[in-house]
Amino acid sequence: MSILVYTESENGKLKKAAFEVASFAKGIADLMNTSVTAVTINAENVDELKTYGVEKVLKVSNDKLSKFNADAYAEVITQASKKEDAKVVVVSQSANAKYLAPLLAVNLEAGYASNVVTLPVLDQGFVVERTAFTNKAFNMTSISTEVKVLGLSSNAFGLKENEVSITEEDFSPDLSEDNFGIDVQSVDKNKDKVSIADAEVVVSAGRGMKGPENWGMIEELADVLNAATACSKPVSDMGWRPHSEHVGQTGKPVATNLYIAIGISGAIQHLAGISASKNKVVINSDPEAPFFKAADYGIVGDAFEVVPQLIEKLKEFKANNS
Amino acid sequence: MKILVCISHVPDTTSKINFVENDTKFDTSGVQYVINPNDEFGLTRAMWFKEKQGATVDVVTVGGKDTEPTIRKSLAIGADTAYRVDTEPLDGFQVAKELAKVAKDGEYDLIIAGRESIDYNGGMVPGMLAKLIGANFINTCVSLEVEGDTATAVREIDGGKETLKSSLPLVIGGQKGLVEESDLKIPNMRGIMMARKKPLNVIEPVSADALTESKHFTKPEPKGEVTLIDPDNLDKLIDLLHNEAKAI
Repeated sequence: MSILVYTESENGKLKKAAFEVASFAKGIADLMNTSVTAVTINAENVDELKTYGVEKVLKVSNDKLSKFNADAYAEVITQASKKEDAKVVVVSQSANAKYLAPLLAVNLEAGYASNVVTLPVLDQGFVVERTAFTNKAFNMTSISTEVKVLGLSSNAFGLKENEVSITEEDFSPDLSEDNFGIDVQSVDKNKDKVSIADAEVVVSAGRGMKGPENWGMIEELADVLNAATACSKPVSDMGWRPHSEHVGQTGKPVATNLYIAIGISGAIQHLAGISASKNKVVINSDPEAPFFKAADYGIVGDAFEVVPQLIEKLKEFKANNS
Repeated sequence: MKILVCISHVPDTTSKINFVENDTKFDTSGVQYVINPNDEFGLTRAMWFKEKQGATVDVVTVGGKDTEPTIRKSLAIGADTAYRVDTEPLDGFQVAKELAKVAKDGEYDLIIAGRESIDYNGGMVPGMLAKLIGANFINTCVSLEVEGDTATAVREIDGGKETLKSSLPLVIGGQKGLVEESDLKIPNMRGIMMARKKPLNVIEPVSADALTESKHFTKPEPKGEVTLIDPDNLDKLIDLLHNEAKAI
C-alpha cells in the first residue's frame, strides 16, 4: 500500500502544483505510516520530487498522451493506483485535474473530495476539510470507501521539503482506443503570460477603469509583478475583458499569494471567489467600497493616479532587489 | 437530437451562508433558491439547439419537493419535460448515479450539466455521470456546436482554450461562455402559464449509496482591519508587501 500522487507537468517540466501535491501526499503518508509514489506523464526530469518526499516515481512516456486527454490520463492514474495498491490518490485542482478526477474516482470506485485544504483527520474514519459555498464556508467531509481520491486546493498546503531517496520506474499502462473518444483538435495557450491558476500574483480590475481602453496600465502593472490579469464580473459581461479573466463565484476562484484589486467595489460573489488569496490589496476611490472590509491593505485614491505611480515605484524596487 | 439538462437547485449567489443543527445543515431560512448559474448557461444553450436545430430538451433534478419551483422555472424558460428524482442526495456520486439512470432510460444524445454547483462546489457530477453511462465527457465547456452526430466544443484550460471534437452521446460540464449573461432568459407570463401544463414527472430513486458524507460546517475567521496607506506614500505599501506580507 502507498499514497499515489499525480504530479503534473507541462512541456516535460514538472509544475509547481506537482510539488505542492507531493508535499501533501507525504503528509498523508506520514499519518498512515506509508510512502508516496508519484505518477508522471511525459515528464523528463522527475528527480526533484524526492525533495518533497516522493520515494518512487512511475514514469509514463507515451506520444499518444502528448496532448492532455482526461479519460486516457484518468486511466493511466487508475492503473498506477491499482499497481501500487494505493488507498489514497491525490491530484491538484488545475483545470485538467478537476476534469479527470471524477473519471478517476468512478474507475477506482472511490469517494472523491474536491477543494481539500487540510490533511485528513483519521481518528474517526477519514475526514477532510474542504471549501464550500465558494469559500464562504468549510465543510468537514468523511469518505467511506476503501480507496479515496482527494483534490488539493491550490496554495492550501504549500511546499514542504522532506528529502528522501527516490527510485524511478518506467510504467506502460494499457490504453485502448476507447480512452481517446475525445479528439483534441487544437490548443490555444498564451505562452507569454502566466495563467490565473499558476500565478503568484494576480492584478484584477473592475468598472472603476471606465473602459477597456484603459487596461494598458493594468497589464503593465501585471508585467512588472509577473502577475496574471483578472477582472470583475461586470467587466467581463460588458465584453471589456474575456470571460476567462472573470473572477468570482460564477467565474474563476483565485487562491494566490497576492491579489491586487483596482476599481473593484467588492460584490459578495467577487469577494468569495478571491477569499482564499493570502494577501489582498484594494485601490479604490470610494472609501465605502465593501472591498476595504475584505482587504489587508487599502489605498483610497484614484486608480488613474495611483497605478502609474505604483508601476514606477515597483520598477525601482525590482531594480534594487534583483 | 435529444438533450437532457441537469439542474441543481441552489441558494442565490447573494445568500447569507449560515448553518443550523450544530452546524451540520445549511440554514435555508430567508434564502432564495435559483437554477445553478452554471446549469442555466447550459439550459439556455439547449434552448438555442431547440430553436435552431429542432432538439427536444428535457430537464432533471435530484431532490425533494422543495426543488419543484426551480425545475418549473426551467420549463417556463422552454424545456419540454421535467423529471425530479425524489430523494435528498448525500453526495455528488449519489446524484450522478440517479442522473445516470434517467440519462440511460431516455437515450439522450447530449447531456448538459454545470461544471459545478455553487453550493457544495463538488465539481464531480458531470464527469461521474459520463463515466457511469460510458459517454464522452468535456468539462469547463465554453462553446458547443453539434452537427449530425459530432460535437465541437471549446474547453477552458488554465491560461487558454482547447478545441475538441467528440461523437455523441456526450456529457458536458458547462459554464459562462456557452451563452452570454445577456442571453439568459427571464420567463415571460406565457412561458410560466405553459410550464404549468407541462409534465413534471416524479421518479423513484435507484437508492444509490453515497460514498462521502458531510459532517459539519465552519465559517472562516472574521477578517482583521484593513491597513490603510496614503496614496502619496506608495513606498509604504511596497515596504509592507515586501517585509510584512512577503508577497513581492
